[in-house]
Order: sequence, then structure tokens, then C-alpha cells
Amino acid sequence: MNPTLHAARLGVSRGWTEFKNSVVNPQDIGFTAVTSVALVVVMYFQRDATLPGTSLSLAAVTLPSVLGMLTAFNALLGAVGSLAVEREDGTLLRAKALPQGMVGYLVGRIVSVSLTTVISVLIVLVAGLFLVPSLTRTGPGGWLTMAWVILLGLLATLPLGAIVGSLANSPQTVAGLSMLAVGGLTAISGIFYPLTALAGWLQALAHVFPLYWLGLGMRSALSPASAAAAEIGGSWHTLETIGVLGAWSVAGLLLAPPILRRMARREAGSLMQLRRDRALQRIG
Amino acid sequence: MKVMRELDEGSGLADPADSAVIEVRDLRMRYGPVEVLQGVDFTVRSGEVIALLGPNGAGKTTTIEILEGFRVRSGGDARVLGTDPAHGDERWRARLGVVLQSWRDHGRWRVRHLLDHFGRYYAPYSDEGRIRPLPTDELMAAVGLTEHADKRVARLSGGQRRRLDVAIGIVGRPDVLFLDEPTAGFDPQARRDFHDLVHRLSDLDDTTILLTTHDLDEAEKLADRILILADGKIVADGSADRLARQVSRDAQVRWSVGGEHFVHATDDATGFVRDLFAQHGEEIGDLEVRRATLEDTYMAIVRRDEG
Repeated sequence: MNPTLHAARLGVSRGWTEFKNSVVNPQDIGFTAVTSVALVVVMYFQRDATLPGTSLSLAAVTLPSVLGMLTAFNALLGAVGSLAVEREDGTLLRAKALPQGMVGYLVGRIVSVSLTTVISVLIVLVAGLFLVPSLTRTGPGGWLTMAWVILLGLLATLPLGAIVGSLANSPQTVAGLSMLAVGGLTAISGIFYPLTALAGWLQALAHVFPLYWLGLGMRSALSPASAAAAEIGGSWHTLETIGVLGAWSVAGLLLAPPILRRMARREAGSLMQLRRDRALQRIG
Repeated sequence: MKVMRELDEGSGLADPADSAVIEVRDLRMRYGPVEVLQGVDFTVRSGEVIALLGPNGAGKTTTIEILEGFRVRSGGDARVLGTDPAHGDERWRARLGVVLQSWRDHGRWRVRHLLDHFGRYYAPYSDEGRIRPLPTDELMAAVGLTEHADKRVARLSGGQRRRLDVAIGIVGRPDVLFLDEPTAGFDPQARRDFHDLVHRLSDLDDTTILLTTHDLDEAEKLADRILILADGKIVADGSADRLARQVSRDAQVRWSVGGEHFVHATDDATGFVRDLFAQHGEEIGDLEVRRATLEDTYMAIVRRDEG
């Protein structure tokens, strides 16, 4: 029995348990429900508006973009949030105290965050099938594209979240800041309205981050081909999408392990206590 | 336990260093300008139960964290199971049990499931004569959590939560167990159950145990040997009895004769009482011989060191 492989397998079952635990947790359900309903309401109001210059429903373009956004949101903030909380409450230290425990912990988190991401995408997608009739005409190629965009999106954002969560000195603060950063990025990444409506430098900025490419990739998968006309240069830029998301993935996967290891090495019980005392001081 | 150890030593382990499970030499730890540990020395042999006492901030937790491999020391030498904790591998890790001061993790997991999950990590590390992990049901019975097996961890009381921490610490049948204030927040019954558990681990599994506590009574009951850490150094090392003798050989004798009460301090209580009876015979009442308690000893040692 290879111990690392053994721990990785335990990590998979750990991730499944974490996922099940969050599915029955009222707080987690509430959060998913509220965001999903809010997104569906936006699409409901957009269903009769049309994409400028075409006869396509605006919702037919917004829905895929939103799915891309959900992928990034869930994967990045899921990773940042869980690391932030679990450095504080001792979960990480507990993993450190087990033989190969960090392997189990990380695999578990990757599994649970990925499952949560896929489920929240599916919830909005199913609602969208009723609101956006053109979606039901998506062919197998479209669904396949959606699958790889989600996968690549997870790879590009989940390790990034783990890095941010590891580098933070104050876990609570960084969770809030990441939320703001992703929110701000959403505003300039062509999720709710086309990127072409923005100033040139904002467009250039959006091109650097994974969020724009996730939205674009999802649109290329699920929007009618004619919607490509509304994109920059009138094309889906599939190769560029793979290139940018792939670059973020490679960078994340290269940087995350050493940074996580460094963070884990530094975690100790008294440090945890110190951070908790500081947190209590802020509240009190 | 003590008898067992003497037998061990008599049966061929001539060099006591052979059976040393924890060896600490001139251990130093510096946080910025503050030197928390200033040359700590001690040895723990296989199967011993050691209590580490000391005032708050004396460096108890730091010492334990260094030995657990959770903190890198600034200087000196440390060996746990023959390995430098700063470079311990996973096989070494599997032989340790760790119970830290405070955990608040895994609140959503159910007790049995969590113990079962953690136990599985140890499965590839069974040694000869030491099958890992402990069966989950046996473990829950040992710490008195059987009736809470299906509860979510967040719903346990403080004392139950602490017992779960201890259970997780021993799920891998450790050769060495580190316990940092294990009984904080226990009621008297839970405390007694915990003491029984420590005795069982030490007797049956020959687990070497290093624990910190603020409860001197607990240290006296559990430990074969007591180490007192003050100002970054070990200032006392020995059984509760020996420490008491180091500080003072005097015992206090109280008695009454014909309704009148007397107190006398002496270094030979037995001889004094013998004379007392020879002199007053059956008139003696309310006889009480009181040696220095561990608390007296502890206060005296810590004060002497600070003074």
C-alpha cells in the first residue's frame, strides 16, 4: 500500500464527506439559494431585451457568462475561505499531525470545492434551460466545451485561491478582500454586459485575469454561433482562452505546492491561538 | 509501572540512552529578542509518564511544539524516537500522538465518522506487535464517547470535545503521546476517567507520555516524574516525592493532649511521633502528619528560581 496514494484516496472520501456536510448545512444552502435566485432574477428581466446589433435575447449571452463567473467565484473564494477558516480552527494543524495528513486534506478540499462549484453551476444552468429557449438547442460539442471550460477554470482559480489563503496573515480580512476583488473583476469582465462597452484600458486589464476568459469560453459553448459577432473581433478566441486559462493553471499548480508547504510548516498551535486572540480583540 | 521499568533496565538495556524516547539537550528558542527557552535539558525513557509544569509563559507549549515537529528550534538538540523532530518523516509522524491546547475544527463531522476517517491514515504504518489504528468502537468506549458516536462534533460539550481530542491523539496507537493541558475544562468524573485512560495507555500499550498541566494534583497522580520549567530552564526534575524532599525534609505534626492542640515541625516525623506516644500514650488525639504537598514544593521551587 503506497501511503501517499492511500492518503489521496482518503482525501477523496474526505472531500465527499465535506461536500455532503455542506449540502445539509442551512447556512451553506442559504448562500447558494440566495445567489442562484438573484442570478435567475437578473436573467428573467433580461429575457426580452436583445443583444445590441442582433436579435438574440440578452439572457442567452448573460447566462453562460454567469456560469463562468460562478466557476471562478466558487473555486477561488471556496479555496481562500476554507483555508482562512481552517488555519484558524485547527483543521490544518490536525492534518499536519496525521501521517500524510496534508495530502488527504488538500485532495479533500480540491474534491469538495470542485463538487460545490459544479453543483452551483448546474443549479443556475437548469433554471436557465427554462428561461433561455436557445440553450436547449446546444449540441454535444457545446456541452463538451462547457465541461472543459469548467475544468480549466477550476485549475486556473482553485490553486490561486489556495495561494491567496496561504499567504494571508489575517485570514478573515483576506476572505473579504478576495470577495471584493472578484466582485470588481466581475464588473469589468463582460459578465453582465459586453466588454466592448468599457474603456480600452479596462478591457486590457480584464484580459489578464481568468474571469473574462471563463465567461467567453462559456459563451462559446452555450450561446448561438451568431452571438460571436458581439465579441471583440467577432470571434470566440478559443485558442487564446485555452492559452490564458492554461497559463494561470500552470502558474497556480507550480506555485501552490511550495507556498502551501511553507504555510503548513509554519502553522503551530500557539500561532493559531495568537491569531484567535487578535481576532477576538478586534471584535471586543 | 515503575517496577516494570526497573525490570526493563535490569534485563540488558545497560545504556539508559538506548531506551530514551525523548532526548533534549540545551534546547533554545528565541522569538525576536525574547529567549523563551534558554537551554532546556531532559530525557524521557520508554513507557514513562512525564508531567511538564511551570508558570504561564514559561515555554511549556513551545517545548512540546518543538518536539512534535510543529516548530523549528533556534538552537540545541532534540530527538524524539531517535529522530530530529525538525526532519521527521511520515513514518515517524505515524508513531506520535498529538493533543494540542485548543481545537475547534471538524464541527460538521460526526464523532464516529471522524475517528474512523483519521484512523485510516495510520493503516499503512502498522509495526510489528502494534496494529494501527485502534478500532473506532474500542476507542470511543475508552474515552466515553460511545453514546455520542452519531453526534456532530459542534454539538459536543466542552469536556466531550476534549475527550474527542484525546481520542484523535491516540487513534494511531502512538509510541509517544504529547498532551498539552489535556484536562482543561473537565469535570471531576471526566478527569478521573481520563487519568484511568492514561494509566491504561501507559501500562498496556507502553506509550510514553509527555503532558503539560496546571493541575498539580493531576501531575502527582499521573506522572512518574515531574519537570518544572521556569524562566526557560528546567529547574526541577524528579518524582513528586523527591522534589518535595529537595525543597524541605520537614513535616508538620499536629496533635492534641487533653483538649490542647500542638504543632511541631520536624525532619523525622516517625521518630517524633514514636516519642510522643511513649510520653503521652492514649492521651494523644487528632494526630496528623503533613508533608509538603506538591503545591508547596512547586511554589517554593518557582519562587526560589525567580528570586
